[in-house]
Amino acid sequence: MPSFVINEKCDGCKAQDRTACQYICPNDLMILDKDKNKAYNRAVDMCWECYSCVKICPTQAIEVRGYADFMPLGASVQPMRSTDAIMWAVKFRNQKVKRFKFPIRTTPEGTIDPAAGFSTGTDNLKDTHLRTEPGSLGTRP
Amino acid sequence: MNNFETIQIETDLLILGGGMAACGAAFEAAHWAKQHNMRVTLVDKAAMERSGAVAMGLSAINLYLGLKNGKNTVEDYVNYVKTDLMGIARDDLVANIARHVDSSVHLFEKWGLPIWKDDEGNYVNEGRWQIMIHGESYKNIVSEAAKNALKELGNNGQYIERVFITEPIMNGDRCVGAAGFSVRENKFYIFKAKAVLDVMGGAVHVFRPRSVGEGLGRSWYPPFNSGASAYFTLKSGAEMTCQEVRFVPVRFKDSYGPVGAWFLLFKAKATNAKGEDYMVTRASELEKWAPYGTAKPTPANLRNYLMMLEVEAGNGPIYMKTDDAIKEIVANIPDEKEAKRKLKELESEAWEDFLDMTISQALNWAAHNISPEEMPSEIAACEPYFISSHSGASGAWISGPEDLAPADKFWGYPNMTTVKGLFAAGDASGASSHKFSSGSFTEGRIAAKSALAFCSDNPDPVVVGDAHIEELKQRILQPLVTFEEHKDYANDADVNPNFIKPRMFMFRLQKIMDEYAGGTSVGFKTSKALLEKGLEFLQYMKEDAEKLAASDLNELMRCWENVHRMWQAESHIRTILFREETRWPGYYFRTDFPEMKEEWKCFANCKWDPETGTWEMLKREIEEI
Ligand SMILES: Cc1cc2nc3c(=O)[nH]c(=O)nc-3n(C[C@H](O)[C@H](O)[C@H](O)COP(=O)(O)OP(=O)(O)OC[C@H]3O[C@@H](n4cnc5c(N)ncnc54)[C@H](O)[C@@H]3O)c2cc1C
Ligand code: SF4
Ligand code: SF4
Repeated sequence: MPSFVINEKCDGCKAQDRTACQYICPNDLMILDKDKNKAYNRAVDMCWECYSCVKICPTQAIEVRGYADFMPLGASVQPMRSTDAIMWAVKFRNQKVKRFKFPIRTTPEGTIDPAAGFSTGTDNLKDTHLRTEPGSLGTRP
Repeated sequence: MNNFETIQIETDLLILGGGMAACGAAFEAAHWAKQHNMRVTLVDKAAMERSGAVAMGLSAINLYLGLKNGKNTVEDYVNYVKTDLMGIARDDLVANIARHVDSSVHLFEKWGLPIWKDDEGNYVNEGRWQIMIHGESYKNIVSEAAKNALKELGNNGQYIERVFITEPIMNGDRCVGAAGFSVRENKFYIFKAKAVLDVMGGAVHVFRPRSVGEGLGRSWYPPFNSGASAYFTLKSGAEMTCQEVRFVPVRFKDSYGPVGAWFLLFKAKATNAKGEDYMVTRASELEKWAPYGTAKPTPANLRNYLMMLEVEAGNGPIYMKTDDAIKEIVANIPDEKEAKRKLKELESEAWEDFLDMTISQALNWAAHNISPEEMPSEIAACEPYFISSHSGASGAWISGPEDLAPADKFWGYPNMTTVKGLFAAGDASGASSHKFSSGSFTEGRIAAKSALAFCSDNPDPVVVGDAHIEELKQRILQPLVTFEEHKDYANDADVNPNFIKPRMFMFRLQKIMDEYAGGTSVGFKTSKALLEKGLEFLQYMKEDAEKLAASDLNELMRCWENVHRMWQAESHIRTILFREETRWPGYYFRTDFPEMKEEWKCFANCKWDPETGTWEMLKREIEEI
């Protein structure tokens, strides 16, 4: 199920140094055609259809078409991701549509405090206690 | 090559990879490095926010013990893991992860990962060890914590993305860094470090996948993890373990969607085309594999094996009875309105399971007009992968912790390989299966703290000579030179007798592995004769690897990914050959040694010697603790 870019919707991320889809693809597949100022997937058969590019594209220009070697045409699965939830539209080949919404995060983006308020019960680099332990184990008050 | 700038970075701890184990390592290292004024550098080939196996998200955390509520003990878990792997696991390593893993999960929750809760506020279990999450942003959250932790170090903490790590840098018997290149600009990187942590995930596309058209990339395991971990430790001369213990998952057919929620949460059954539950009709087969075969739950590879026997007998398709499972749950609710509500809830849970971690399976169902409550779905065995954090076990042979490890399995620093200064965790360390996302993160923490202890005991700056750097640069960038030199000879960028492009190189490797080392096309069966033939063909590949050619940086990365895969392949073949028995029949089957043997209840290890270029095979004892 490789990703593809809808020409009309892609604005090349407004010609910034790096496009969002190129920044995110874990397999380094998305690239910008500088002449056309449009992104494309350079190796569709190495695409994991992880949807990272789909979710991040600011203009919703990226969709996914099921792998032609085993999926019938006509269906689509498209997300809309906000800061705390994701909404999915699942369209069946027979036109049936299902919609789902799931939470994705309970804290505002960028605000994570790594130690999460737990202190670390040792200074010893060589004992078995890890950072935030024993507090984060919850086994002792 | 003169147009490639060489960037040199010096650090104390170098973390290679940006996945679950690497994020755990960064989180942990930041704390201790700050106390001891040390530097930490993390390097990932992709963007940490969405790199590695958790890029898409996950729908469950597969390892949580619930120690605080007394739900399980560490010992329970060790027994479970060892039985699932047919007796082959390191108690000390598994126990070490298990005693810390809950703390990582509690941190994930505080950081913002939504974990399902029941009415009493307890985590909702999927199975005994698994808890359900709304995990679409699992990796975003964990990587944000890792990045914020590195920020605590100011100038002493940094992460670098889009640099592909290629080779270890050695100084005698000690690993002192890593070499790689940017996949974005003409920059060659040398990292010098007092300790190096290898956490670059497992490997896929070593074997030929079932789909070879557009669906080539839809392997269960992500195509962007290509064996860098195993290559790195092998090339350093570190001892490796369980390189024969590949993982073959059974998943929904073709899109490889997860089955865990169906089996564990919804209690669905799998049957052959006639509707027979092969776990029942073939139960007697399990006795052959006792005591593991008769234990509960049945080890993953044996469940696979019974299914494979059905397929071999021509009794497919094999179905997951999603419809029956849902009907059964709903039938047990007498109130009609309540039953309807439950049905809706189950439906949403079932789809979320796919949408959180294998979106293509949702598309597959939609494309085939499948409603799980109305009809069953086909399942099948995937091609083999190398992922020791899941139900495989291949990886580096590492030191256990002093308080748990037997004397022969402790050498100074937990998680250090047999090479000084080189550490491994997650998919990179072997014989400690079933650590999954949470356990890999936790093992990264353990390894990072231990590696910093090594740094503090070995504070002298490491030295890498200029000639050595030049030699590495030449070798790593050679595919670009080879292409430039010969590209004008033929009127085709790919077909040229003077070189081989990485794509065909990969297909050649996959064909050898599939046909000779027990891939899908031969029903996972192999033998001495086949393995030796495969090894012969691999030697030609190793010679031809010198002629790999790349027209750009992206292809240069593909060249090295496939060299990494080739080494993973060779250590795999050699270790299957060494172990003269069949122990995991649902992962691979030795037709010349079709039974499990007591004398092979041991670890099968291997080691490549950088001095002589020869392989050594070793048996290592299994101990109970
Ligand atoms: C399909 C699937 C489903 C799963 N489901 C679950 C589940 O439900 N629950 C659960 O708990 N676990 C699950 N797991 C297991 C979990 O994903 C792994 O255990 C975990 O990700 C392992 O962590 P790691 O750090 O070893 O590897 P990864 O997280 O894969 O990280 C590897 C890192 O190495 C980097 N890298 C690779 N090569 C190089 C290189 N040459 N140079 C630089 N960087 C490199 C990658 O970019 C990545 O950052 C699942 C795994 C898969 C594949
Ligand atoms: S992220 Fe979207 S808009 Fe930006 S380049 Fe990619 S496809 Fe085009
Ligand atoms: S779906 Fe994933 S693998 Fe495919 S191009 Fe997009 S980001 Fe890359």
